Amino acid sequence: MAGMTPAPKENGTGYSSLVAPLLLPTWAMIGIFLVLPVLLMAVYSFLTKEFRGGVIWDFTLAAYDQFFLNRGLFGDEPPTLEWTYITIFWRSIWQAAVATLICLIVGFPTAWFIATRPPKARAVWLFLVTIPYWVNLLIRTVSLKFLIRENGPLNESLMSIGLITDPLPLVNTNLAVQLGLFYSYLPFMVLPIYAAVERYNFALSEAAADLYASRWVTLREIVLPVVKPGIVAGCILVFVPSLGAFLAPDLLGGAKTFMIGSLIDEQFRGSQGNWPFGAAAAMILMTLVLIVLMIYARAQAKGEAR
Amino acid sequence: MKGVRHYPGFLPMAVGCLVILYAPLVVVMIYSFNGSTSITTWGGFSWRWYADVFTGPEAPRFKAAAWNSLSIALIAATTATAIAVAAAVAMIRGGRFRGKSATFALINLPLMVPEIVVAVACLIFFSTIGLTTGYLTILLAHITFCIPFAYLPIAARLQGIEDTYEQAARDLYATRGQAFRLILLPLMMPGILSGFLLAFIISLDDFIITNFVKGAGMETLPTAIFGSVKQGIKPNIMAISTMMLAVSVFFVTLSYLVNRIGQRTRS
Amino acid sequence: MKRLLTTATAFALLSGAAQAEGTLSVYHWFEYIPQELVDKFTAETGIAVTIDTYDSNESMLAALKAGKLGQYDVSVPADFMVQIMRDEGMLDTFTPEEMTNLGNIAPQWMDVPFDPGRSSSIPYQWGSTSFSVNRDVYTGDISSLGIIFDPPAELQGKINVLDSQNEVLILGSLYLGIPQCSTDREQLKALNDMLLNAKQHWASFGSDTSKDVLVSGDAAAGMIYNGFSAKARAEGANVEYSYPKEGHVVWMDNVVLLKDAPNRENAIKFMNFLLEPENAAAVTNYAAYTSGVAGVEPFLDEAIKTSPENNPPADAAPGVFAQVCDAETQKLYDAIWTNLKK
Repeated sequence: MAGMTPAPKENGTGYSSLVAPLLLPTWAMIGIFLVLPVLLMAVYSFLTKEFRGGVIWDFTLAAYDQFFLNRGLFGDEPPTLEWTYITIFWRSIWQAAVATLICLIVGFPTAWFIATRPPKARAVWLFLVTIPYWVNLLIRTVSLKFLIRENGPLNESLMSIGLITDPLPLVNTNLAVQLGLFYSYLPFMVLPIYAAVERYNFALSEAAADLYASRWVTLREIVLPVVKPGIVAGCILVFVPSLGAFLAPDLLGGAKTFMIGSLIDEQFRGSQGNWPFGAAAAMILMTLVLIVLMIYARAQAKGEAR
Repeated sequence: MKGVRHYPGFLPMAVGCLVILYAPLVVVMIYSFNGSTSITTWGGFSWRWYADVFTGPEAPRFKAAAWNSLSIALIAATTATAIAVAAAVAMIRGGRFRGKSATFALINLPLMVPEIVVAVACLIFFSTIGLTTGYLTILLAHITFCIPFAYLPIAARLQGIEDTYEQAARDLYATRGQAFRLILLPLMMPGILSGFLLAFIISLDDFIITNFVKGAGMETLPTAIFGSVKQGIKPNIMAISTMMLAVSVFFVTLSYLVNRIGQRTRS
Repeated sequence: MKRLLTTATAFALLSGAAQAEGTLSVYHWFEYIPQELVDKFTAETGIAVTIDTYDSNESMLAALKAGKLGQYDVSVPADFMVQIMRDEGMLDTFTPEEMTNLGNIAPQWMDVPFDPGRSSSIPYQWGSTSFSVNRDVYTGDISSLGIIFDPPAELQGKINVLDSQNEVLILGSLYLGIPQCSTDREQLKALNDMLLNAKQHWASFGSDTSKDVLVSGDAAAGMIYNGFSAKARAEGANVEYSYPKEGHVVWMDNVVLLKDAPNRENAIKFMNFLLEPENAAAVTNYAAYTSGVAGVEPFLDEAIKTSPENNPPADAAPGVFAQVCDAETQKLYDAIWTNLKK
């Protein structure tokens, strides 16, 4: 998601005339198998649901009505604002935000530490931080679940060294989900911050130190504003996938309360079979994410203009 | 000099970060060698669960799933890489053209739309056009979301290659095709390889989208593992996980080395 | 690279081609058929079997409606779901001549209301749904559904509930003494409120996990099927299955011939195979429920025959089958379930 690079000057390598055929496969694949499906999904969100799966091609606002308006258990009370799904979305946003915050708290010092190592050590650290990202997300989530389960290795070892007397109930809690999200996306936080810190001119810190600014004042007043784009990028990269996450809530949260991902999944593959509603929820999720990305792009453009 | 770079507490934080990242993986790796049938008690070192993966009752299922996963990842990554090379050449060497920023946004779209949304959209699309879900639908979906992953390293590499080499070749009466094949392509190769490996792992890793668009009797490794762990984590799953971990680490190391060599050839 | 691609494509085509002849595609519950039996079927007939699993009747129906109908040959819905699928036209029929082992069906399971005379389905297993309690954790009285819906302090926060709309809502109704398919607003409101109140004491929803959470100790009590509870006990959990005084759910799972089955003939072979007493008994020995085929007794394990899960005490309250509500009423129950899971 890097910013667009300025086009190179017209040159004699002769690809200008080939642009359309070279880009055709990209346009076709992404156009047909992503843009078109998303548009179709938008249409589906306005269709009538068939009992347990499938749709009837009658246009209606029923899906959005169900999302935003509460008409009582029997559907005949005067409509009030429906909090159910807003709560689910809010819960997902909250979980994603907490996970992002934990990632930031752990990720920033880590990134800083790595960026201040000598080049060789830096490469090794970076390599070590990225490896887990390449391990299948499902496997990582399952491993985490195994580690923190009630009579799993974590509780057993904490109990054997006498730190706790009863096992910590971690699995099937919100904390487990946040921990899972944090664990899944931590490298996404570390890498952009690292890139920003690496470019940071430490002469600035030295100048601040010469003026008797303490380390932490320097960090807050000098460093943070400069590396902010890296921090913002890291936060976005963690927040966006956390928002629609499916595995962490399902495996670590006990599937007891819905998150956005599981709510949508349930409409298509679970017992509800309400396609238009699932499509509507997916549309709302996508809109949220695009808003976040737009704010980011704006901030980025402003930062570059400055 | 070191003073301003050093913050107390950052070293333990970085070490803690690695511990958090690796602890679950290491624990699973250790327990995959557990000789006991129960996952909670340690029954001595043993290879039995690795044997179980290949010869146990679930072996045919895992074999079929592994085959599907690998063949899909191979075809999807190859196709996506080819598409991405063409796109990168057009975007970086094609000069200014109308719709360039729109194309840039389109290439990055699969990265921006949440996975669950892509999954739902694909399911709706395939079911509407009446395409039976199965191998082909998984493949089409994988190629699509692999394109940006293949594109990014290739484009980054291409940006770093000055066009003077090709111009020199063209000045010496090489055709456009020759200049591409003999000059540009070899120079791009490290980027292409790392784009391919990236796409390969992304495809191998995917669960959510695959789970939505897979057909009857079709499993990939992630969906097969998910089906198993839903009923509880079994030792044979830990053995499979450890093997997949080894494969991933192998590919990342490979991609890392390729990049290093690439950097050396460039300088 | 190019050669790699062509090889890979060739292999992909080959693996696709292998599905054309001599295969059978089964959509089945999780952990419900022993691999040895599937292997035996393959050895006898040369038909390769692929099995996908689901974890509730409702999700099976949803998946079939989402384009999977026409990809599977057989699936295994419970009684009420057979009727729903039949009403939706999702089932194919067979003739008694095709189903040569039709006579093996136990007489009481032959003329069932959801498939009179058996023209689309054959019995697989039948059993019950209520709950089990880990006796290491709780030693008190477990004869009431209140264990799940109004749990004692020892069990609060340690309860797993089946992720199955039908069973949860029926057991809830039994607990409150409400009839199924009720349209009485007060009753439905009461059911809704009771479930919402009970949910705060539940740890998780899960059907396929319902045995594992009891064995691993992640849950101390859980709604569960009788055979699954027997398996949990066999795997070392000190659990007792309850036949609560308010009643319990009885069900019969049936192998149905799906409409547009890609391998209809193989499906019939498979159904006939499952009607052989020896094979039906193999399923029972594995899944620990009760077979709907006559003459299985000589092949059954002693432990299965005498298991407390399969032999309710003489004074146990009777079980009830799920009823199929009309669409309008079903909407209300769907709303309660959504409300509960949100």
